[in-house]
Amino acid sequence: MEHSGALQLYGNASVSYTIDAMVRTDVELMLQVKAGDDESFNLLLQKYRTPLVNFLFRMVKEKATAEDLAQEVFLRVYRARKQYSPSAKFTTWMFRIATNLALNSVRDNRHRQTDVSIDVPLEEDEKPVQLPTREMRIDEHMIERDRSEFIRRTIQALPEKQRVAVLLHKYEEMDYAEIAKILDCSESALKSLLFRAYETLRVQLAPLVGQRSGEGRQ
Amino acid sequence: MTTTKKCEDVSKQLIAYLDRRANSADRNEVEAHLATCGACHERAEEFRQMFGVLDALPTVEPSLGFDARLHARIAEEPRSRWFGWMIPHPRLAFALALLLALSVWTGDLPRATSNGEAATAATEQQDFEAIKDLGVLENYDVLSKFDALSEVPAEPSPADQQAKPVNDQNPDQPPATQE
Repeated sequence: MEHSGALQLYGNASVSYTIDAMVRTDVELMLQVKAGDDESFNLLLQKYRTPLVNFLFRMVKEKATAEDLAQEVFLRVYRARKQYSPSAKFTTWMFRIATNLALNSVRDNRHRQTDVSIDVPLEEDEKPVQLPTREMRIDEHMIERDRSEFIRRTIQALPEKQRVAVLLHKYEEMDYAEIAKILDCSESALKSLLFRAYETLRVQLAPLVGQRSGEGRQ
Repeated sequence: MTTTKKCEDVSKQLIAYLDRRANSADRNEVEAHLATCGACHERAEEFRQMFGVLDALPTVEPSLGFDARLHARIAEEPRSRWFGWMIPHPRLAFALALLLALSVWTGDLPRATSNGEAATAATEQQDFEAIKDLGVLENYDVLSKFDALSEVPAEPSPADQQAKPVNDQNPDQPPATQE
Protein backbone atom coordinates (compact mmCIF):
# COMPACT_ATOMS: atom_id res chain seq x y z
CA MET A 1 0.00 0.00 0.00
CA GLU A 2 2.86 2.36 0.82
CA HIS A 3 4.26 1.72 -2.60
CA SER A 4 1.17 2.94 -4.35
CA GLY A 5 1.32 6.06 -2.16
CA ALA A 6 4.83 6.77 -3.38
CA LEU A 7 3.62 6.28 -6.92
CA GLN A 8 0.89 8.89 -6.44
CA LEU A 9 3.24 11.28 -4.72
CA TYR A 10 5.90 11.38 -7.40
CA GLY A 11 3.75 10.58 -10.41
CA ASN A 12 6.82 9.36 -12.26
CA ALA A 13 7.20 5.73 -13.23
CA SER A 14 10.97 5.60 -12.98
CA VAL A 15 11.06 7.25 -9.55
CA SER A 16 8.37 4.98 -8.17
CA TYR A 17 10.25 1.98 -9.58
CA THR A 18 13.39 3.02 -7.72
CA ILE A 19 11.56 3.48 -4.44
CA ASP A 20 9.72 0.18 -4.82
CA ALA A 21 12.97 -1.59 -5.64
CA MET A 22 14.62 -0.08 -2.58
CA VAL A 23 11.77 -0.99 -0.24
CA ARG A 24 11.57 -4.62 -1.26
CA THR A 25 14.64 -6.82 -1.04
CA ASP A 26 15.98 -8.61 -4.07
CA VAL A 27 14.91 -11.95 -2.65
CA GLU A 28 11.36 -10.68 -2.12
CA LEU A 29 11.28 -9.38 -5.66
CA MET A 30 12.61 -12.63 -7.07
CA LEU A 31 10.08 -14.66 -5.11
CA GLN A 32 7.38 -12.46 -6.61
CA VAL A 33 8.83 -13.13 -10.06
CA LYS A 34 8.71 -16.82 -9.25
CA ALA A 35 5.04 -16.41 -8.38
CA GLY A 36 4.44 -14.93 -11.83
CA ASP A 37 4.75 -11.20 -11.15
CA ASP A 38 6.55 -9.76 -14.18
CA GLU A 39 6.47 -6.27 -12.67
CA SER A 40 8.91 -7.42 -9.97
CA PHE A 41 11.22 -8.65 -12.71
CA ASN A 42 11.12 -5.15 -14.22
CA LEU A 43 12.16 -3.73 -10.84
CA LEU A 44 15.16 -6.05 -10.72
CA LEU A 45 15.98 -5.15 -14.30
CA GLN A 46 15.83 -1.44 -13.52
CA LYS A 47 17.98 -1.89 -10.43
CA TYR A 48 20.74 -4.01 -11.92
CA ARG A 49 20.92 -3.33 -15.64
CA THR A 50 23.48 -0.50 -15.33
CA PRO A 51 25.81 -2.25 -12.82
CA LEU A 52 25.61 -5.42 -14.89
CA VAL A 53 26.35 -3.70 -18.21
CA ASN A 54 29.28 -1.84 -16.62
CA PHE A 55 30.69 -4.98 -15.07
CA LEU A 56 30.44 -6.84 -18.37
CA PHE A 57 31.77 -3.87 -20.35
CA ARG A 58 34.87 -3.83 -18.16
CA MET A 59 35.22 -7.57 -18.64
CA VAL A 60 34.74 -7.88 -22.41
CA LYS A 61 35.71 -4.35 -23.57
CA GLU A 62 32.96 -3.99 -26.19
CA LYS A 63 29.74 -2.31 -25.16
CA ALA A 64 27.59 -4.15 -27.68
CA THR A 65 28.91 -7.50 -26.44
CA ALA A 66 28.45 -6.38 -22.85
CA GLU A 67 24.80 -5.50 -23.52
CA ASP A 68 24.19 -8.82 -25.27
CA LEU A 69 25.67 -10.67 -22.32
CA ALA A 70 23.69 -8.59 -19.83
CA GLN A 71 20.52 -9.48 -21.71
CA GLU A 72 21.51 -13.13 -21.58
CA VAL A 73 22.01 -12.85 -17.82
CA PHE A 74 18.53 -11.39 -17.31
CA LEU A 75 17.05 -13.96 -19.65
CA ARG A 76 18.65 -16.79 -17.67
CA VAL A 77 17.38 -15.31 -14.42
CA TYR A 78 13.90 -15.14 -15.93
CA ARG A 79 14.08 -18.70 -17.26
CA ALA A 80 15.23 -20.01 -13.88
CA ARG A 81 12.55 -18.13 -11.91
CA LYS A 82 10.46 -21.25 -11.26
CA GLN A 83 13.43 -23.06 -9.73
CA TYR A 84 14.63 -20.06 -7.71
CA SER A 85 15.20 -20.64 -4.02
CA PRO A 86 16.63 -17.90 -1.79
CA SER A 87 19.60 -19.95 -0.61
CA ALA A 88 22.07 -17.22 -1.56
CA LYS A 89 21.97 -13.50 -2.20
CA PHE A 90 20.35 -12.59 -5.47
CA THR A 91 23.36 -10.53 -6.54
CA THR A 92 25.69 -13.47 -5.86
CA TRP A 93 23.62 -15.64 -8.16
CA MET A 94 23.26 -12.99 -10.86
CA PHE A 95 26.91 -11.94 -10.91
CA ARG A 96 27.99 -15.56 -10.91
CA ILE A 97 26.00 -16.06 -14.10
CA ALA A 98 27.46 -12.84 -15.48
CA THR A 99 31.02 -13.85 -14.58
CA ASN A 100 30.68 -17.24 -16.26
CA LEU A 101 29.20 -15.71 -19.40
CA ALA A 102 31.88 -13.01 -19.52
CA LEU A 103 34.75 -15.45 -19.06
CA ASN A 104 33.34 -17.74 -21.75
CA SER A 105 32.99 -14.79 -24.10
CA VAL A 106 36.55 -13.64 -23.40
CA ARG A 107 37.89 -17.14 -24.01
CA ASP A 108 35.87 -17.55 -27.20
CA ASN A 109 37.17 -14.28 -28.60
CA ARG A 110 40.73 -14.67 -27.38
CA HIS A 111 42.02 -15.49 -30.83
CA ARG A 112 40.79 -12.10 -32.01
CA GLN A 113 42.30 -10.23 -29.12
CA THR A 114 45.35 -8.13 -29.78
CA ASP A 115 47.84 -6.84 -27.31
CA VAL A 116 46.56 -4.26 -24.88
CA SER A 117 47.64 -0.89 -26.13
CA ILE A 118 46.40 2.62 -25.60
CA ASP A 119 47.26 3.36 -29.24
CA VAL A 120 44.22 1.42 -30.45
CA PRO A 121 41.56 3.97 -31.46
CA LEU A 122 38.41 4.15 -29.41
CA GLU A 123 35.22 2.77 -30.82
CA GLU A 124 32.31 5.15 -31.01
CA ASP A 125 30.35 3.41 -28.27
CA GLU A 126 33.37 3.33 -25.97
CA LYS A 127 33.37 7.06 -25.47
CA PRO A 128 32.54 8.02 -21.93
CA VAL A 129 28.93 9.11 -21.98
CA GLN A 130 29.10 11.32 -18.93
CA LEU A 131 30.69 14.63 -19.70
CA PRO A 132 32.28 16.58 -16.86
CA THR A 133 30.10 19.22 -15.29
CA ARG A 134 32.65 22.00 -15.73
CA GLU A 135 33.62 23.18 -19.16
CA MET A 136 36.68 21.51 -20.53
CA ARG A 137 38.96 22.39 -23.34
CA ILE A 138 39.04 19.85 -26.16
CA ASP A 139 42.59 18.78 -25.39
CA GLU A 140 41.67 18.28 -21.73
CA HIS A 141 38.72 16.17 -22.75
CA MET A 142 40.92 14.02 -24.98
CA ILE A 143 43.44 13.58 -22.18
CA GLU A 144 40.62 12.56 -19.88
CA ARG A 145 39.39 9.99 -22.40
CA ASP A 146 42.87 8.57 -22.88
CA ARG A 147 43.29 8.38 -19.14
CA SER A 148 40.02 6.47 -18.71
CA GLU A 149 40.93 4.16 -21.54
CA PHE A 150 44.34 3.50 -20.02
CA ILE A 151 42.74 2.56 -16.69
CA ARG A 152 40.22 0.31 -18.38
CA ARG A 153 42.84 -1.48 -20.43
CA THR A 154 45.12 -1.88 -17.44
CA ILE A 155 42.30 -3.60 -15.56
CA GLN A 156 41.56 -5.76 -18.60
CA ALA A 157 45.19 -6.83 -18.73
CA LEU A 158 44.87 -8.47 -15.31
CA PRO A 159 44.45 -12.26 -15.17
CA GLU A 160 40.76 -13.24 -15.44
CA LYS A 161 40.13 -14.09 -11.80
CA GLN A 162 41.99 -11.03 -10.52
CA ARG A 163 40.02 -8.84 -12.91
CA VAL A 164 36.67 -10.23 -11.72
CA ALA A 165 37.75 -9.80 -8.10
CA VAL A 166 38.77 -6.16 -8.62
CA LEU A 167 35.61 -5.26 -10.54
CA LEU A 168 33.32 -6.80 -7.95
CA HIS A 169 35.31 -5.39 -5.03
CA LYS A 170 36.03 -1.88 -6.29
CA TYR A 171 33.08 -1.08 -8.52
CA GLU A 172 30.25 -3.30 -7.23
CA GLU A 173 31.42 -2.87 -3.62
CA MET A 174 30.61 -6.45 -2.74
CA ASP A 175 31.87 -7.94 0.49
CA TYR A 176 34.57 -10.56 0.55
CA ALA A 177 32.22 -13.45 1.33
CA GLU A 178 30.03 -12.71 -1.67
CA ILE A 179 32.95 -12.31 -4.09
CA ALA A 180 34.48 -15.53 -2.76
CA LYS A 181 31.24 -17.35 -3.51
CA ILE A 182 31.09 -15.96 -7.03
CA LEU A 183 34.69 -16.95 -7.70
CA ASP A 184 34.27 -20.25 -5.85
CA CYS A 185 37.26 -19.73 -3.57
CA SER A 186 37.92 -19.10 0.11
CA GLU A 187 37.94 -15.61 1.58
CA SER A 188 41.60 -16.00 2.41
CA ALA A 189 42.40 -16.91 -1.20
CA LEU A 190 40.32 -13.96 -2.38
CA LYS A 191 42.27 -11.54 -0.18
CA SER A 192 45.53 -12.81 -1.64
CA LEU A 193 44.06 -12.53 -5.13
CA LEU A 194 42.96 -8.96 -4.52
CA PHE A 195 46.29 -8.00 -3.02
CA ARG A 196 48.18 -9.31 -6.04
CA ALA A 197 45.77 -7.55 -8.41
CA TYR A 198 45.99 -4.19 -6.61
CA GLU A 199 49.76 -4.53 -6.35
CA THR A 200 49.91 -4.84 -10.15
CA LEU A 201 47.53 -1.92 -10.61
CA ARG A 202 49.52 0.20 -8.15
CA VAL A 203 52.61 -0.21 -10.30
CA GLN A 204 50.87 0.05 -13.68
CA LEU A 205 48.77 3.07 -12.80
CA ALA A 206 51.55 4.93 -11.01
CA PRO A 207 52.10 7.26 -14.02
CA LEU A 208 48.51 8.49 -13.68
CA VAL A 209 48.84 9.37 -10.03
CA GLY A 210 48.94 13.15 -9.63
CA GLN A 211 48.43 13.84 -13.34
CA ARG A 212 45.41 15.96 -12.59
CA SER A 213 45.42 18.38 -9.71
CA GLY A 214 42.83 17.58 -7.09
CA GLU A 215 42.40 13.97 -8.28
CA GLY A 216 44.42 10.90 -7.61
CA ARG A 217 46.16 12.35 -4.60
CA GLN A 218 44.50 12.46 -1.20
CA MET B 1 63.24 -10.13 11.31
CA THR B 2 60.23 -9.37 13.43
CA THR B 3 59.65 -6.14 11.51
CA THR B 4 59.75 -7.95 8.15
CA LYS B 5 57.23 -10.51 9.33
CA LYS B 6 55.03 -7.77 10.64
CA CYS B 7 55.17 -5.95 7.29
CA GLU B 8 54.10 -9.10 5.47
CA ASP B 9 51.17 -9.56 7.82
CA VAL B 10 50.10 -5.96 7.45
CA SER B 11 50.35 -6.00 3.66
CA LYS B 12 47.74 -8.78 3.60
CA GLN B 13 45.39 -6.64 5.68
CA LEU B 14 46.15 -3.40 3.89
CA ILE B 15 43.40 -3.63 1.24
CA ALA B 16 40.71 -4.43 3.79
CA TYR B 17 42.01 -1.57 5.94
CA LEU B 18 41.95 0.93 3.09
CA ASP B 19 38.45 -0.01 1.93
CA ARG B 20 37.22 0.16 5.54
CA ARG B 21 36.14 -3.47 5.67
CA ALA B 22 38.67 -4.59 8.27
CA ASN B 23 37.37 -5.30 11.74
CA SER B 24 38.38 -2.99 14.55
CA ALA B 25 41.11 -5.28 15.89
CA ASP B 26 42.80 -5.59 12.49
CA ARG B 27 42.33 -1.89 11.90
CA ASN B 28 44.05 -0.95 15.15
CA GLU B 29 46.87 -3.36 14.39
CA VAL B 30 47.44 -1.90 10.91
CA GLU B 31 47.27 1.69 12.18
CA ALA B 32 49.77 0.95 14.91
CA HIS B 33 52.15 -0.57 12.36
CA LEU B 34 51.74 2.25 9.84
CA ALA B 35 52.59 4.76 12.54
CA THR B 36 55.98 3.14 13.06
CA CYS B 37 56.86 1.73 9.60
CA GLY B 38 57.68 4.31 6.97
CA ALA B 39 57.82 1.82 4.08
CA CYS B 40 54.37 0.41 4.82
CA HIS B 41 52.99 3.90 5.34
CA GLU B 42 54.26 4.93 1.92
CA ARG B 43 52.87 1.80 0.36
CA ALA B 44 49.47 2.41 1.92
CA GLU B 45 49.50 5.95 0.48
CA GLU B 46 50.28 4.59 -2.98
CA PHE B 47 47.38 2.16 -2.69
CA ARG B 48 45.13 5.00 -1.62
CA GLN B 49 46.16 7.06 -4.64
CA MET B 50 45.68 4.07 -6.91
CA PHE B 51 42.11 3.67 -5.60
CA GLY B 52 41.58 7.34 -6.44
CA VAL B 53 42.74 6.71 -10.00
CA LEU B 54 40.38 3.73 -10.32
CA ASP B 55 37.51 5.96 -9.18
CA ALA B 56 38.04 8.06 -12.29
CA LEU B 57 36.86 5.24 -14.54
CA PRO B 58 33.60 6.46 -16.08
CA THR B 59 30.45 4.39 -16.14
CA VAL B 60 28.45 3.59 -19.24
CA GLU B 61 24.68 3.57 -19.53
CA PRO B 62 22.82 0.79 -21.30
CA SER B 63 21.44 1.82 -24.67
CA LEU B 64 17.88 3.11 -24.80
CA GLY B 65 16.53 0.00 -26.46
CA PHE B 66 17.97 -2.35 -23.85
CA ASP B 67 14.72 -3.02 -21.98
CA ALA B 68 12.67 -3.28 -25.16
CA ARG B 69 15.06 -5.83 -26.66
CA LEU B 70 15.03 -7.86 -23.47
CA HIS B 71 11.23 -7.83 -23.27
CA ALA B 72 11.06 -8.92 -26.90
CA ARG B 73 13.35 -11.86 -26.13
CA ILE B 74 11.31 -12.77 -23.08
CA ALA B 75 8.12 -12.63 -25.16
CA GLU B 76 9.68 -15.20 -27.51
CA GLU B 77 10.24 -17.56 -24.61
CA PRO B 78 7.82 -20.50 -24.59
CA ARG B 79 5.12 -19.95 -21.99
CA SER B 80 4.55 -22.68 -19.43
CA ARG B 81 1.19 -24.42 -19.87
CA TRP B 82 -1.08 -26.02 -17.32
CA PHE B 83 -0.08 -29.44 -18.59
CA GLY B 84 3.58 -28.53 -18.59
CA TRP B 85 4.27 -30.79 -15.63
CA MET B 86 3.27 -33.76 -17.76
CA ILE B 87 5.87 -32.96 -20.40
CA PRO B 88 9.00 -34.84 -19.38
CA HIS B 89 12.46 -33.46 -19.47
CA PRO B 90 13.98 -33.88 -22.96
CA ARG B 91 16.67 -36.30 -21.78
CA LEU B 92 14.15 -38.33 -19.81
CA ALA B 93 11.81 -38.37 -22.80
CA PHE B 94 14.61 -39.59 -25.06
CA ALA B 95 15.56 -42.32 -22.58
CA LEU B 96 11.95 -43.46 -22.30
CA ALA B 97 11.52 -43.50 -26.09
CA LEU B 98 14.72 -45.49 -26.46
CA LEU B 99 13.56 -47.99 -23.84
CA LEU B 100 10.20 -48.35 -25.57
CA ALA B 101 11.83 -48.89 -28.97
CA LEU B 102 14.18 -51.50 -27.49
CA SER B 103 11.33 -53.40 -25.87
CA VAL B 104 9.31 -53.37 -29.12
CA TRP B 105 12.32 -54.55 -31.10
CA THR B 106 13.14 -57.39 -28.71
CA GLY B 107 9.46 -58.37 -28.62
CA ASP B 108 9.39 -58.77 -32.41
CA LEU B 109 12.36 -61.14 -32.41
CA PRO B 110 11.51 -64.91 -33.02
CA ARG B 111 11.28 -66.57 -29.65
CA ALA B 112 13.03 -69.88 -30.67
CA THR B 113 16.65 -69.57 -31.52
CA SER B 114 18.65 -72.28 -33.36
CA ASN B 115 19.79 -73.74 -30.05
CA GLY B 116 16.24 -73.79 -28.82
CA GLU B 117 15.10 -75.69 -31.91
CA ALA B 118 17.83 -78.29 -31.44
CA ALA B 119 16.91 -78.71 -27.80
CA THR B 120 13.23 -79.16 -28.72
CA ALA B 121 14.08 -81.78 -31.38
CA ALA B 122 16.25 -83.72 -28.94
CA THR B 123 13.43 -83.77 -26.41
CA GLU B 124 10.97 -85.06 -28.99
CA GLN B 125 13.41 -87.80 -30.00
CA GLN B 126 13.81 -88.87 -26.37
CA ASP B 127 10.03 -88.92 -25.93
CA PHE B 128 9.70 -91.06 -29.05
CA GLU B 129 12.41 -93.43 -27.85
CA ALA B 130 10.54 -93.79 -24.58
CA ILE B 131 7.26 -94.81 -26.15
CA LYS B 132 8.21 -96.61 -29.36
CA ASP B 133 8.58 -99.97 -27.68
CA LEU B 134 5.63 -99.34 -25.42
CA GLY B 135 3.42 -101.77 -27.41
CA VAL B 136 5.90 -104.56 -26.91
CA LEU B 137 6.50 -103.77 -23.28
CA GLU B 138 2.77 -103.65 -22.54
CA ASN B 139 2.20 -107.01 -24.22
CA TYR B 140 2.27 -109.36 -21.25
CA ASP B 141 2.45 -112.50 -23.38
CA VAL B 142 5.53 -111.33 -25.19
CA LEU B 143 7.24 -110.23 -22.02
CA SER B 144 6.43 -113.40 -20.09
CA LYS B 145 7.63 -115.72 -22.85
CA PHE B 146 10.65 -113.75 -23.90
CA ASP B 147 13.54 -115.11 -21.81
CA ALA B 148 16.12 -112.97 -23.54
CA LEU B 149 14.62 -109.88 -21.87
CA SER B 150 15.96 -111.00 -18.54
CA GLU B 151 19.45 -110.49 -19.93
CA VAL B 152 18.74 -106.95 -21.10
CA PRO B 153 20.70 -104.49 -18.94
CA ALA B 154 18.83 -101.84 -17.01
CA GLU B 155 20.18 -99.09 -19.27
CA PRO B 156 20.36 -99.57 -23.02
CA SER B 157 23.83 -100.31 -24.32
CA PRO B 158 25.24 -98.67 -27.47
CA ALA B 159 24.64 -101.99 -29.25
CA ASP B 160 20.97 -101.72 -28.45
CA GLN B 161 20.86 -98.26 -29.82
CA GLN B 162 22.42 -99.51 -33.06
CA ALA B 163 19.78 -102.23 -33.28
CA LYS B 164 16.96 -99.75 -32.90
CA PRO B 165 16.69 -98.82 -36.59
CA VAL B 166 15.76 -102.46 -37.29
CA ASN B 167 12.92 -102.19 -34.80
CA ASP B 168 11.98 -98.81 -36.19
CA GLN B 169 10.94 -100.52 -39.42
CA ASN B 170 8.14 -102.39 -37.66
CA PRO B 171 7.79 -101.67 -34.01
CA ASP B 172 4.93 -104.12 -33.65
CA GLN B 173 7.11 -107.10 -34.71
CA PRO B 174 9.16 -108.83 -32.06
CA PRO B 175 12.92 -108.43 -32.25
CA ALA B 176 14.87 -110.63 -34.69
CA THR B 177 16.45 -112.57 -31.84
CA GLN B 178 13.04 -113.89 -30.98
CA GLU B 179 12.96 -115.74 -34.30
